[in-house]
Amino acid sequence: MTEASTIAVSAEAGQPVGGQADEGRSLASDAWRQLKGNPIFWVSVSLITLFVVMALVPQLFTNVDPGAAVLKEARAEPGADAWFGRDIQGYDIYSRTVYGARASILVGVFSTLATVVIGLVMGVLAGYYGGFLDTLVSRVTDIFFAIPLLLGGILFMSTFPNDQNTPYLVVVGKVVLVLSVFGWPSIARLMRSSVLQVKPNDYVQAARALGASPWRIIRSHVMPNALAPVIVVSTINLGVFITAEATLSFLGIGLTPPAVSWGVAISDALVAVRTYPHILLFPSLFLSLAVLAFIMLGDAVRDAFDPKSR
Amino acid sequence: MAEAILTATDLVKHYPIKGGVLRRTVGHVKAVDGVSFELLKGETLGIVGESGCGKSTLGRLLMRLEEPTSGSVVFDGVDMYAQKGRAMRKLRRDIQIVFQDPYTSLNPRKTVGDIVGEPFDIHPDVVPKKGRRKAVQDLLDLVGLNPEHINRYPHQFSGGQRQRIGIARGIALNPKVLICDEPVSALDVSVQAQVVNLMEKLQDELGLSYIFIAHDLSVVRHISDRVGVMYLGKMAELGEEDDIYGRPTHPYTQALLSAVPVPDPTLRDKKEQIVLKGDVPSPANPPSGCRFHTRCFKAQDKCKTDIPLLELRPDGAGEHLSACHFAQPREIIETIDLTEQGAGNAV
Repeated sequence: MTEASTIAVSAEAGQPVGGQADEGRSLASDAWRQLKGNPIFWVSVSLITLFVVMALVPQLFTNVDPGAAVLKEARAEPGADAWFGRDIQGYDIYSRTVYGARASILVGVFSTLATVVIGLVMGVLAGYYGGFLDTLVSRVTDIFFAIPLLLGGILFMSTFPNDQNTPYLVVVGKVVLVLSVFGWPSIARLMRSSVLQVKPNDYVQAARALGASPWRIIRSHVMPNALAPVIVVSTINLGVFITAEATLSFLGIGLTPPAVSWGVAISDALVAVRTYPHILLFPSLFLSLAVLAFIMLGDAVRDAFDPKSR
Repeated sequence: MAEAILTATDLVKHYPIKGGVLRRTVGHVKAVDGVSFELLKGETLGIVGESGCGKSTLGRLLMRLEEPTSGSVVFDGVDMYAQKGRAMRKLRRDIQIVFQDPYTSLNPRKTVGDIVGEPFDIHPDVVPKKGRRKAVQDLLDLVGLNPEHINRYPHQFSGGQRQRIGIARGIALNPKVLICDEPVSALDVSVQAQVVNLMEKLQDELGLSYIFIAHDLSVVRHISDRVGVMYLGKMAELGEEDDIYGRPTHPYTQALLSAVPVPDPTLRDKKEQIVLKGDVPSPANPPSGCRFHTRCFKAQDKCKTDIPLLELRPDGAGEHLSACHFAQPREIIETIDLTEQGAGNAV
């Protein structure tokens, strides 16, 4: 083999394969391209945006005070005065539904953030370092798994009940706390297994061979390749947490009046469900829409990040 | 004779087998069991052997990706396994690896620039920050890739191109030794020739020493100056390329070589093929004495009890290292160097 022919071969081998597009492509940009053309993604994103704006500035949607009861018009049907009608106490249902978004979104977003942060750290530690740390984290998650999310929530909230004077943020904080405490093990397990899948890859070994620190390997090689399933599951979990908050409030131990939430409203409406179903309808409808939006988003994101589903 | 750059002495790696409820150690997989050799400056040492004989574990030991059970590796006068922290990181600059599978050896979420530039991020003193992009492009050019493709992702390249990226990463820090763990096994034959030729070109230009691990005898013959044959974690025979391919004295080497297809149909019938009995024994419970005695056509009682040492034994024309009590050359029709032939035809 002569030098000249080697170079000729090399030059030929330097040509690009397949697509001629020269801009960089990555999994993320491919996923975005897929999401852009997915109507389900846009429907869920607009719904979520709507609910988030509702949670941040409810005044944009209504100027009726959700705490203003007009007792003589209690149980009024939907009309020009109160769009969704009035409930048993004479509260404006539309206003209470709009203000109720805040609790649901707060609980959903913060519980998800907390579970993801705790779960990621634990999962990476267990998966990457293995050994004793892995055994410890795995057994702790096993213990938490033995207690169902709702049962744990009921136990905690009935042990530390709220009263009339408990500040709003403390009430919400308690629900977030209990949901995160019982929610992180599933994320930790998911992250652990996905780290275990990524770790034996040769590119991780190559980084070790180059002398990269464990932190560098985790940050730039393990995390980016192990994160996708966690992103997907946590968006779906967001819906689950909102439901759990509503369930706890429905049981009378999550958020309690005067706090306004969809769960509280549903709970209050039950006494009149046969005679005045509209009182139950609107908060339930909003709750279902919010949960559906997050689950649809999670579905769309999962499909986009999974090359096999394309 | 050139001086040795890397000396391995009695390298041993045993993996514990855990069993029972209490996860007690019930045995060991003896992946590498007492391997010694020297790598000379600027030479290529080929390591051949069938699957599971410990070739890749040996490579990982030499990279210190695994800690050995016992034994030592002296690199350039420094005991590798005694180094810690900063000194070990510095040592890693001089000894790098190219992996077998170009599809798992590159991070799919990084651009080629990030992958080839990572060595400079980890060892920032090698190239100043401003010059890094240029340095990466020079490397891509050196391995025969278009430097303009620096922003592309691995999935946009073919297998051979990906292997070139892996090689570029391996040589980025200007190492003295490059360990190639089956670098062409996952590639098409036509691409194998390109990559092997690239590696030879780089050796000439950069003065690298290679440890070339492979199971393809003709590729190893093409690139190697010396060849070591491994069987069940031990070195069976070690010598110059001509010694091993022309005058093998170990029955295992003879059997391996007799299995290489002969491209000339007129010679085919004259070739004697040695077919070994049975399978490779489990490395968890290797045979006593000579590891090969269970399948050897020459085995006698002595082989079951005495471990043959890897020492100089006569091979007809001279002598080279062989680990067989009854080492003697045997007539084997010389297999033609397939890589050389194939590459020659392509030109």
